[in-house]
This record gives sequence, structure tokens and C-alpha cells, in this order.
Amino acid sequence: MSVTNDKLIQVKDLKKHYNKGAIKALDGVSLDINKGDVMVIIGPSGSGKSTFLRSLNLLEVPTSGQIIFEGVDITQKKGPDGKKLDIDKHRQKMGMVFQHFNLFPHKTILQNMTLAPMKVKGVPQAEAEAKAIELLDRVGLADRAGAYPIQLSGGQKQRVAIVRALAMEPDVMLFDEPTSALDPEMVGEVLDVMKRLARNGMTMAVVTHEMGFAREVGNRVVFMDEGKILEEGTPWAVFNNPQNPRLQDFLSKVL
Amino acid sequence: MLTAQGFSKAFEYWKLFLQGVACTVSLSALTVVFGFILALILAICRMGKLKVLKALATVYVELFRATPMVVQIFLIFYVVFDGVKVLPGYKLFGFIRFERFFPAVVALSLNSGAYLSEIIRSGIQSIDGGQTEAARSLGLNAWKTMRFVVLPQAIKNILPAIANEFVTIIKESAICYTIGVQDIMSAVNAVKGATYRMGEALIIATALYFCLTYPTSKIIAHFERKMSVGDKR
Repeated sequence: MSVTNDKLIQVKDLKKHYNKGAIKALDGVSLDINKGDVMVIIGPSGSGKSTFLRSLNLLEVPTSGQIIFEGVDITQKKGPDGKKLDIDKHRQKMGMVFQHFNLFPHKTILQNMTLAPMKVKGVPQAEAEAKAIELLDRVGLADRAGAYPIQLSGGQKQRVAIVRALAMEPDVMLFDEPTSALDPEMVGEVLDVMKRLARNGMTMAVVTHEMGFAREVGNRVVFMDEGKILEEGTPWAVFNNPQNPRLQDFLSKVL
Repeated sequence: MLTAQGFSKAFEYWKLFLQGVACTVSLSALTVVFGFILALILAICRMGKLKVLKALATVYVELFRATPMVVQIFLIFYVVFDGVKVLPGYKLFGFIRFERFFPAVVALSLNSGAYLSEIIRSGIQSIDGGQTEAARSLGLNAWKTMRFVVLPQAIKNILPAIANEFVTIIKESAICYTIGVQDIMSAVNAVKGATYRMGEALIIATALYFCLTYPTSKIIAHFERKMSVGDKR
């Protein structure tokens, strides 16, 4: 699929309301994610940043607004060809990493990695396994291929979760607070994997509280509060020269 | 009074008991298979988005759980199949009368499907939503998510409850002798008719039922241990 511009995801006036509008988790968010972007989304808890990220692959179905991914508005019931929009097809191109890893506990690490390539894409088992081992090797876990998730540490689980998503060869990776559930000494190993991914040109959207990561790896930082984007800019601008008083207040608490 | 003479008389009808065991086992095994498939469909309907299916499945489950088994069996046999008039008078294995056996399988399956569906539903709902989210975000569709991610974990969790239901089916199937199915209980009845003694035959039936149910629960416990491999540290 060819994309005429470098906009990978365009979000237009996205709203997510609960209780008939009494609660506005997202209140009109518009944003473009370009190819190669490492966009870091920060904000206080309850600001809607996770909801926003989870809307991008429709794990949360927005109340209104558009999400145009690789030229297709995935919020529509029908695709551009007039047939029913196959969201599973688009999700394959969006890897997602969760706060609580969500590895499949009844499957080995290798089986976790090969399930989707084999059952969704029809990749032959040998090929899927070879690719999985190669990916695991990149994050230093090839020797744990036969282990079950419960036998791994939190940091190891999250590294597996990242390469499990990569096994589907996505065009963008969505990270929903990937280090929030980790013990402090394991945060580094996961951030390292993410840094390498960013350096290799992966388009990433990351919801995180790791300000160091945002500063070092992000090329854009988005500050959200109460379901709105209040400020957006380069890491330097956002951290060193914040304009919005709420951002100033937030940074004074977390930095 | 139980007497040794009574037992030896009852044992003369060993062939009836043996056929009874074969009948009870095949009745239960078929019920387990059909009941489970029905239960899966009912559970998915009840958890699905379609309101009509949801309502129908709920009514079905509540109806079958709130009425006596014997009423259901009579309804299926005498009303749905109009006694022995509808089905051909065919003999399975040369001694199981199909026209009585089949309605019994249907009735037991319909009944146990209702109970099993509630067990399956609770098992599926006990699986963390993050599992479904992870599977869907990898591009698996709803069915494949259910088939490869949710169900294997759910079934492992509910295996003790399913085992219990399977044992219950074996025991409940004894009621089928009331519509002339030649199970273990009907062998007791036959001995009673022929010898005017029931005690010894009942003791034999008790032993036979125990020999069926006890190993069943043990075998399932074995699979439970095997399936819990991902749980151990």
C-alpha cells in the first residue's frame, strides 16, 4: 500500500464520551503521526492519553471523529472498496504493547510469538519460528523460547511482548505505559529495546511517565489533559519552555 | 434382606448388567459431546452482541435449569418423538434400542447443555480482558481469539466444574430407564421383575456406577494437572 504523504495516521476531532456525554474521555483530539515519528504522549492520569492510544487501533471505539490509517478511515463501517471494513487487517499493521504485557500464559514464549503470524498471516510454522528466534535474539531472550511467561521477570515479559508485536511486521508501534508495571531495575532494559527500535526508524506512539525517555528518544511530545491536547512540540520546547500553565504545573510535579 | 443366594441369582443376569454399562457409557459419552457443543453455542450467544440470540439463550438456559429432568425426558420422548412412532426400530450394537436411546441422548444433551453453558460462560468471563485485547491487537479476529487464546485458558479454569458435570451426567442418565432405555438401572428393574428381589441388583448397580464415575473424575484431574503447566513457577 502506497502512502502519498508521510502521514501514517491522521486523527481528526476524535471524541470518546461515556454516559451520553457526561464523561468526556476524549474531547476533540486532532493529531497527525508521521512516518518515523517517535511521539511521546504525556499527561496526568485520567487525562485521556491511554484512551487516545487505544483508540488508534479501535480497542476503544470512539464516539465520533476520524482515524485515517495509511489512507483508510478505520472508524467507518465500510472500507474504501465499499465492502465491510476489516479492522483485523489494519490492526496487523499496528503493533501494541500493554502496561501489563498480556502475554498468553498457556503458551510458551515461542508460541506467543508465532501464534498471530501463523494463524492470521498463514506463515509456515518453521518460518514463523525462525523469525521469532531471530527477534528474541535481538532482545537477548532466544534461550527462553521454550519457557512459559510465568517463568520470566516483568522486564523479560515486556521485551517478549514488544517482539511479539514486531513479529507481525507492523508499520507503527503503540506503547501504552510499557514500563509502569515494572520494578524500577527492569525499566531500563525495556526502554533500551524501545530506543533501539526508534533508532531503526520505527514509527512509535508512546504513552509514558518516563520523562527521560521522552526527552532523549522522542521527536515530538504531546501533553494531554482532560481529553484534550493542550500542548505539542519538540521535547526541548515542551520540557524547557512550556507555555500552558497546566503543563508547567504537571512538569513541576514529575521532573 | 441381602443374601448370598440373592447375589448369585442377580449375577445370573450379568449380561444385562454388562449391556447396561455399555448403554450408560455410550449415553453419557454422547451427551457429553453434544451437551458441550450446545453449551459452547449457548455461552457465546449469551455473551454476544445480538440481543435476540442473547434473550433466546437466556430463556433456554433458565427454562431447562428450572424444570425437572424427568419432565424434560418425558416431553422429548412422548411429545417430540411421539413415543417410539417417529424413529426407526433399529438396534445399536445389537441390543440398544435406538428409538428409545436417541430421545434420551437428546434430552440429556439439552439439559446438560444448559448447565454447562453457565460453567463455560463463567470460565470465559474469568479470563482477563487484556488477553482478548492483546490477541485482537495482533490482528486475530474474534473467533480465533476465542479459539486460540480465551477458550484454552477458560477450559483449564473450569475443568473441575466440567468434570463434576460429566460425573453428574453419568448419574443422571439413570433416569432414562423410565422411557425404556436399557441402561444399568433398567437391568436392575429386569432382575427385580424376574426374581422378585431388588436389593442385590441395586448393590451391583451402585458398584457399577461408582466404577464409572470415580475413574472419570480421576482422568480429568490428570488432564487438569497436565494443562496447568503454564501456572508453575
